Amino acid sequence: MIDVEELTVRYGAATALDGVSLSVGRGEMVALIGPNGAGKSTLVNTLCGLLKPAAGRVSVSGRLALVPEGRHLFAPLTVDENLRLGAWRGRDRDTSPVYRLLPSLEPLRHRRAGRLSGGEQQMVALGRALMSRPEVLVIDEMSLGLAPLVVAGLADHLRERNATEGLAVLLIEQNARLALDLCTRAYVLEAGRVTASGTSAALAGSDSVAAAYLGLEG
Amino acid sequence: MGELAGYLITGAGIGCAYALTGSGLVVIYRVTRVVNFAQGTFAVLAALTVTTLLTAGLPHGLAEGLAVVLAGLVGVLVGLVAIGKPGTTPQAALIVTLGLGVLAYAVEIVIWGDQPRSFAGVPGSVTVLGTRIQAHYLLIAGVTAVVLTGAALLFARTDLGRALTATAADPYAARVVGINVLRMGLLAFAVGGALGGLAGVLVTPVQQVSFDSDVALVVNGFSAAILGNLTRPGLTLAGGLLLGIVQALVGGYLSTSYQTEVALIFMLAVLIARAGRRDVVEAV
Repeated sequence: MIDVEELTVRYGAATALDGVSLSVGRGEMVALIGPNGAGKSTLVNTLCGLLKPAAGRVSVSGRLALVPEGRHLFAPLTVDENLRLGAWRGRDRDTSPVYRLLPSLEPLRHRRAGRLSGGEQQMVALGRALMSRPEVLVIDEMSLGLAPLVVAGLADHLRERNATEGLAVLLIEQNARLALDLCTRAYVLEAGRVTASGTSAALAGSDSVAAAYLGLEG
Repeated sequence: MGELAGYLITGAGIGCAYALTGSGLVVIYRVTRVVNFAQGTFAVLAALTVTTLLTAGLPHGLAEGLAVVLAGLVGVLVGLVAIGKPGTTPQAALIVTLGLGVLAYAVEIVIWGDQPRSFAGVPGSVTVLGTRIQAHYLLIAGVTAVVLTGAALLFARTDLGRALTATAADPYAARVVGINVLRMGLLAFAVGGALGGLAGVLVTPVQQVSFDSDVALVVNGFSAAILGNLTRPGLTLAGGLLLGIVQALVGGYLSTSYQTEVALIFMLAVLIARAGRRDVVEAV
């Protein structure tokens, strides 16, 4: 679904991504972990076509939707209006399927998005992305600022969408434990380069990854 | 009583033009965060165009309609120059619109000269509240009511309106869901241009227009829009009507030479009253 080869992205003279390669297959859940400033959001914005590569190749097959970092809801609009705009590119803007998938949003549908709690906003951001009926979902920092219980609920939703509909997911996370638990494969991005990759189990077992991202002694 | 009613109605008529000009500013600001100082130009261009089209033999209605469409197209052009280049800040775009307004003076003088022009509006007069007024004032009020209601419905009830609001609220998120932010900005400039053009077309039969009439319109339109914090069309309408009526009263009972000062004092009063509030500091 997502195929990135030797991708380099620059902001002026600064190189944000330097020869990054990664892939996400159909129905796969893949994590991208790394510290702040590693280039994760740059990769996201390039995948969505908001940034142009300086070199390398990005190809996305199928519909891609993004849940951006910081949620980025349209604060003055209601939950329902936010959801409808998620399907801006398409014709079918019926929001009822999303309320069936995420029933906790139904009672909030006429509330302004700016007035919701962080967890509710993240749920709306996920719902808005699902409105475009994506085949691959990119989620940037899903867990940031959210209570563990809320994060667990979101993770369950993703697992279910993946299991029932084969939704492919690229999960970009600072919370490596969550990412490795949820996804089958993972990449580690540091200073604009992929420094490790493999199955989640292998990465979780690697001393350097465990020490740097899981808070365990190597 | 009759005299007072006359001032109220004629003031409200001119106030409608201020409200339309102000609403154009609001639409453009809401979507692009650009304060468009060329807003008065749309009115002048449209009004002067009508004089030419009528002279060329076009019937009323068609001439005014074409002029409003032209103002909308000029709005797109102004938008292209002001925000077309990616990364242009709203502050830089504001200066660009100011420059385009001055450029428009030159174009208008070359085409239409520097003398005031006018054209006939709805003929005849009607009696309202015991006073006789030109029937054209009813057209001004009616068209303003219909158009501003339509604009409000566009923003509140359609996905296009929501997309325009979304673009203003969070341009990044708008791009993420696939909204073309530049196209939305240009659409806002088109609507703003048409609203400005409509103001000029409606008001010229009761108030002559010349190349520099844009200053009075934009100062008053801006004052009206400031009451609505540059974002709220309903308050902009109220501000426009209030300004038009107060100016008519000042002009009628004191002196017509104080009319512009009324708008400036009004704007200053609103700004000072709200100076401590963060949202207004951001808006201005």
